[in-house]
Amino acid sequence: MSIELKNVTKQFGGVAAVNNVSFSVNEGELMALLGPSGGGKTTVLRMIAGLEMPTGGDVFIRGQRVNDLSVQERNIGFVFQNYALFKNMNVFKNVAFGLKIKKWKRSDIKERVAELLKLFGLDGLEKRYPHQLSGGQRQRVAIARALASKPSVLLLDEPFGAVDAKIRQELREWLVTLHHDLNVTTIFVTHDQEEALEVSNRIVIFSRGHLEQVGAPREVYEQPANEFVARFIGVMNVLDTEVRDGIARVGELQFPAHGQPDGTRLRIGFRPYAVQVSPDLTLYPYRAVLRHTFFLGVMLRLEFELPSGLTLRSRMTKEEFNQLGLEGGKEVSLQVRNYRVLAKEGALPAEKEFTYQPPPTIAENI
Amino acid sequence: MPGHVKRKLNGDSHRQSRRGTEESPVVKWVLITIALAFCLVFLLLPLANVFAQAFSFGWKGYLGALTDPDSWAAIRLTLIVAAISVPLNVVFGVCAAWAIAKFDFRGKSLLITLIDLPFSVSPVVAGLMFVVLFGMNGFLGPWLQAHPLHLFGKEIEIKIIFAIPGIVLATMFVTFPFVARELIPVMQATGTEQEQAALTLGASGWTTFWHVTLPSVKWGLIYGIILCNARAMGEFGAVSVVSGHIIGHTETMPLRVQSLYEGGSAGTTAAAFAVASLLALLALITLGLKTFLEWKQAREFERAQQAPPHRPAPPASGDLPL
Repeated sequence: MSIELKNVTKQFGGVAAVNNVSFSVNEGELMALLGPSGGGKTTVLRMIAGLEMPTGGDVFIRGQRVNDLSVQERNIGFVFQNYALFKNMNVFKNVAFGLKIKKWKRSDIKERVAELLKLFGLDGLEKRYPHQLSGGQRQRVAIARALASKPSVLLLDEPFGAVDAKIRQELREWLVTLHHDLNVTTIFVTHDQEEALEVSNRIVIFSRGHLEQVGAPREVYEQPANEFVARFIGVMNVLDTEVRDGIARVGELQFPAHGQPDGTRLRIGFRPYAVQVSPDLTLYPYRAVLRHTFFLGVMLRLEFELPSGLTLRSRMTKEEFNQLGLEGGKEVSLQVRNYRVLAKEGALPAEKEFTYQPPPTIAENI
Repeated sequence: MPGHVKRKLNGDSHRQSRRGTEESPVVKWVLITIALAFCLVFLLLPLANVFAQAFSFGWKGYLGALTDPDSWAAIRLTLIVAAISVPLNVVFGVCAAWAIAKFDFRGKSLLITLIDLPFSVSPVVAGLMFVVLFGMNGFLGPWLQAHPLHLFGKEIEIKIIFAIPGIVLATMFVTFPFVARELIPVMQATGTEQEQAALTLGASGWTTFWHVTLPSVKWGLIYGIILCNARAMGEFGAVSVVSGHIIGHTETMPLRVQSLYEGGSAGTTAAAFAVASLLALLALITLGLKTFLEWKQAREFERAQQAPPHRPAPPASGDLPL
């Protein structure tokens, strides 16, 4: 086990930024700390680094309790969100800084820096100053600097936040390759669920200082532990239904709800890919009309409107779309293949109006 | 849209034509002339006069005036005072700026106000404060006289007023905001991320300070030092009160200028201007350096603000090792 957090809490002036969080990171893993801003993920990263001290709980690095170790003694590599390159030093000196501090021999420093710059595609830029580099180059210098003295763990705070979309995609792929090549335990913070799903081996999901779920990307996507995770990871159709005669209903949609008393409110969620569509109007139980088509590269996102006015989101490839002969305004039949109950409220007296407050932050991405 | 194009062309070909918000050319030129004339009469002419008067007895007279033992003593004393008070104020300024820019604590705004105090207190009052404190009839003066220092078997009386320590104290008082004032905004702008990065790389606080913090604020620091030095060498009021004007001993250059000028003869007047010309020269050099540093700082600031050019690295540099 490379890193372990046990019941870690961090309070800032009485407010718990991180509340009783426990998880562990395996040696060589690429882990994402994911959550909306203010979720406490950066604070967790900084506590692992030693830039913040936990108010409660223990942090272990390679089995050693590091609560009382200073930043300098923890042997970690940290990449700041804005890279924090030393602007008065050139690329070579930036990367060599940690090695000089650790009193490496001059020739060894030269060799190590050259090796890193070559690996990172930065050779030839030794004499450049940070302001003479592109965003992507700056980030690679920052990572090279953090890795120079072979830390036991690489920590990255929002590594792709400060570059534009195109470079971001390149950098993601690059980080995966780099991690594959170097096999150094890596933890990175992100608020972008797509980024976490694409890059990491496992994801830790935070919201408001609480750990919501730890799992592989597929796991958190397919088996979200709770409504927050379900809505934060990926796009979800969310419907509030009411049970009548053992069936949860909303509009014309019906979901089996065996044993639930009448009046129970169930919040039901399903992924876009769970919505199956056919041009054959008799194949599936519900009729709907294609209202909008969004082009997302290979995939298309479709919005179908049911006669009751309910809108469901579906997604399919362009080929499927063409095969089905779909077009705007076309009538289709559809069904929901699988779904999850996200939340449940007991039966209430009929005369009292029930209002359900949805959770605040919902990332509606692709 | 031909109309649009035409208008644009017109706009370009008549660069001189004024915008709706601008005053008429007459007003503009009148204002510029007044400003220039004012500078000429009140700044440049007196400055030129200083040098003209200083050289009224030729080069020989000029050098003779400066090498006069008492004038020379005044020059030396000024350098000594600056050499002591400027470094001390640099240390103080860096500490204060660091504390204010990087930490949050109770009484921070009070500290900022206190740093500005010397700007709002008349230098004469500042000098008087030290006289009241350390003078013979002051609070600490009699005690200091009664408790001489025993060093190397000798008895040394600590004399502050009418002696160099008093001049240094008064100078420090009037110059102490300069370094801190210049550094605070620079340090606040650079933030603490670079320092944190140095810590994660294993650097101690001291190493971080020397290799990361100081270099990133160096232009601001030099700027502050230059202003501080100019004021330290040129201070008259506060120093005048505490020095006692003992010729050859406690006279700094500004005081020497005054005492020479009061000599009344053509020779002493020329000598006064000779010493004054050194101070004027110092002012000109300071002004030049100040302009240069302001330009340098502005450029550095622009660099820092500039978003990095978002383009993929050229393939020649290897780019992504995929």
